[in-house]
Amino acid sequence: MSTDVNVKMEALAGVDPDALPLQVKDLHVEFRTRNGIARAVNGVSFDLRAGETRAILGESGCGKSVTAQAIMGILDTPPGFITGGEILYRGVDLLKLPESERRKVRANRIAMIFQDALSALNPVFTVGFQLAELFRKHRGMSRQDAKARAVELLDLVKIPAAKQRVNDYPHQFSGGMRQRVMIAMALALDPEVLIADEPTTALDVTVQAQIMALLAELQRERNMGLVLITHDMGVVADVADQISVMYAGRVIEEAGVNDIYASPAHPYTKGLLESIPRLDLKGHELSAIKGLPPMLTNIPPGCAFNPRCRYAQEVCRQDPAPPLYQVSPSRTAACHFWKEVKGDE
Amino acid sequence: MSDLTSAGAAVGGAPVAGDGPTTDAPGGKERSASLWADARRQLLRDPVFVIALLYILAVGSMAAFPKLWTSQDPRACSTDRSRVSPSWEHPFGFDVLGCDYYAHAIYGARPSMVIAVMATSGIVLFGGVLGLLAGYYGGWVDAVISRVMDIFFSLPFLLGAIVFLTVIKRQNIWTITAVLFLLAWPTIARIIRGSVISSKDLDYVHAAKAVGARNSRLMFRHILPNAIAPMLVYATIVLGSFVAAEATLTFLGVGLQQPAQSWGIMISTHQVYFLDDPWLLLFPCGLLVGTVLSFILMGDALRDALDPKFR
Amino acid sequence: MGRYVIRRLLQFIPTVLGTMFLLHYMTSLAIQFSGNPVRALFGDRTPDPALLAAITERLGYADPCLDQRGNPCFGLFLDRLQNIFFHFDFGINLRQREVTELVADAIPFTLKLLVIAIVFEAVVGIAAGVLAGLRGGSFTDYMVKISTVFVISVPIFVLGLVVREFVGVKFGNVLRGQDWIPDLISVGVFTPGFKPDYPFASLIIPGMVLGAVSLATTARLTRTSIMENIRADYVRTAKAKGLTNKRVIGVHTLRNSLIPVITFLGVDIGAAMAGAVVTETIFNVPGIGRLVTMSARTGESSVVVGVVTMLVLVVLVANLLVDLLYAVLDPRIRYE
Repeated sequence: MSTDVNVKMEALAGVDPDALPLQVKDLHVEFRTRNGIARAVNGVSFDLRAGETRAILGESGCGKSVTAQAIMGILDTPPGFITGGEILYRGVDLLKLPESERRKVRANRIAMIFQDALSALNPVFTVGFQLAELFRKHRGMSRQDAKARAVELLDLVKIPAAKQRVNDYPHQFSGGMRQRVMIAMALALDPEVLIADEPTTALDVTVQAQIMALLAELQRERNMGLVLITHDMGVVADVADQISVMYAGRVIEEAGVNDIYASPAHPYTKGLLESIPRLDLKGHELSAIKGLPPMLTNIPPGCAFNPRCRYAQEVCRQDPAPPLYQVSPSRTAACHFWKEVKGDE
Repeated sequence: MSDLTSAGAAVGGAPVAGDGPTTDAPGGKERSASLWADARRQLLRDPVFVIALLYILAVGSMAAFPKLWTSQDPRACSTDRSRVSPSWEHPFGFDVLGCDYYAHAIYGARPSMVIAVMATSGIVLFGGVLGLLAGYYGGWVDAVISRVMDIFFSLPFLLGAIVFLTVIKRQNIWTITAVLFLLAWPTIARIIRGSVISSKDLDYVHAAKAVGARNSRLMFRHILPNAIAPMLVYATIVLGSFVAAEATLTFLGVGLQQPAQSWGIMISTHQVYFLDDPWLLLFPCGLLVGTVLSFILMGDALRDALDPKFR
Repeated sequence: MGRYVIRRLLQFIPTVLGTMFLLHYMTSLAIQFSGNPVRALFGDRTPDPALLAAITERLGYADPCLDQRGNPCFGLFLDRLQNIFFHFDFGINLRQREVTELVADAIPFTLKLLVIAIVFEAVVGIAAGVLAGLRGGSFTDYMVKISTVFVISVPIFVLGLVVREFVGVKFGNVLRGQDWIPDLISVGVFTPGFKPDYPFASLIIPGMVLGAVSLATTARLTRTSIMENIRADYVRTAKAKGLTNKRVIGVHTLRNSLIPVITFLGVDIGAAMAGAVVTETIFNVPGIGRLVTMSARTGESSVVVGVVTMLVLVVLVANLLVDLLYAVLDPRIRYE
């Protein structure tokens, strides 16, 4: 395995082994549609250290999946276009690489798990074929060797009777088992960064826990950076180290997991936390954030959250949008009134 | 004739049931009305649809009132005018028997249109009812009707028609209509069955059932309206296919026979004169292709207008 | 897989019997309503009653049930089934020749025609559909859309006539005037009709006309299928796996997209057989199709019924094979 890593390092020019495995700086993505330009991502930045889990949290349509696709370089273009920013892998800006180089980064160094494993796996090929394909195309292995590695991988993600199941088609697996296949596929080439886009949303609660446990275990073994994209606050609390909360294509709060749960500094984060049902508050009315997220073709001026915000004042309705204020040395929040929000219980 | 079934599949695959525009609930009527009103507005703004419609209206009036279009008698022939070229008084010239070709073309519209309209009405009524029954009741009713439809589907349309018309010997408007009807009803039944099945499980149908609506009311009030749009689209396309089918059968010698007048007869009689007088072939071919094309384009436009998914 | 095959085979038997009965009942009804079809052979002349009776008997139209309107004639049907399945007897023509013999003489031409037609529509249709599907809104896409509507609305006999006259006769005459063009091209390929001297070359244009009808449907189907699949999640996964664009399209998109197209082509063999009736008549190809038309025109109903029965059986077998092929191509069907 270690030789593989060395081969990879040499293959990509300019890689600095001491730089962070993933850094996103001021990423902008827009979708040019017939109904106008939808600005899906408006300046997202975050860092990811080896072995760290960063959760990207937000409602559907906030730009979190688009961010993931931009990092992987699998955005549908058109209509999607990356209009600014940098995506650095160990110091190399992936956006400046030619497509042939970029391709080698995928699965080798940065891999991705999708939400719905049933539709994300090709229905007409066996899972063995789809796993072996990675070794054959990236490592030039023979069919037989690649197949043997595929079996090892299925073993690794704890699929029983891997030797037989490697010849099965995706629809013959249960939901949880399919997601395990998906994980095996992502880990096949031993990447340094794994992006998991809502990996457990389509699963039953008990299966969710098993899959998250498996992911955490594999991450620990390999000291891999994990970007966990989710809307589920419960999942985040269990596994994340760092959290970026996104709203209307922006990161509006960034902090360690304990800080956020203890004292959110943005009204949106606070609203999300308050809308989780809690046993200790049984009998109280469950609060929900009023209103709907804005249309990405028509984001309100100033802070995008202002129409739904109970702290909003005149300054929030005017451009520019609030910058990321330094709340503490290790956390930021994009709210003019973060002090009030944080202090207010 | 493969287009018969493929067109059907394309239409049947997209029932407009999704938006469930027909409920008894207040507002349901309005939405239903607005679906059709929207469709009409969109269609009238579509130049392709308008041109096709005008063409069909023209051909339809030829079929209904040929005297509006020509004062010539297509049967007043004189062999010394055989194959005289088009001129101002006789825009299509004269055919091989020396009859006015333009008058023949005008009078030739009638059999095609009559056959197409009669056969289409027949399959809409008969196929519609069977499809509704099969889709609504399911179970053994559906099993029997579906098996019978499968059998009709296995018989290629053209082959079946040739056999029937050869054996029956009387090849006139009625027998051709009968064979078109007999062999084509399952396509429409399949479409209706599909859209009935998909709308049967919609929540508002369950709701109507829960408040004790009778079967007949459920069928005609709640389920059938959803099937109307795909049926209308398919019926329009099928009209075109039937016009083409009549001409094809006539060309093969098992359709209408001389001295009947039809575009198919014009084409098959004059195919050998193409080199000397190509217009003898091109005029009837043009009229025929224009009619079939117009029906198909109208069907396509209707489908786009009636299917909310395309908006 | 095994269970699927068995189930499909079990369904096949009633469908065959049903279709045969439908054909039989249509024929019987036609006879019951319009009288003895043998009379048609004599045109306006009044036949000698003894001769008429003899021919009627020989062609199997003497059964009294054919005089009772609406009678399904089950006895006759069973006899016919026995003849077909146990003696491979599809009837005889007026000169006592077996229909099977007539078909055996004609079938090589029809087979060649069908192969040309299917290859033409598959190659050109799939290529055009893939190009149109990969680049929606491009020139190819636009061409495919327009030509589909156009080809669907031109009846095949009109297309055949126009091609025969313009390409076979007019353009062919130009070529035949040039010395440097080999005869194979100028006389063989660009011919208004079948030429026994060029048994393959002179079938190319008729074959293309026959294939043109479904060419448009093939292209449209491929286009839609590609457009659906190219947005599929598993194609995105393939990209995320760092595969080359060639492999993402060629393996992960095409394989899935072509499943419905291949099954359509299989089913289309049946439609093409019916279409061959028209094409062979226009281009004077001595195949099964022309046999049907000629017999229909002279009123030899026994031949028409016999040949069509045979064709229908072939179509049914083709449909069965397509269903089995579908299961081979798409594992989701196989394991149902």
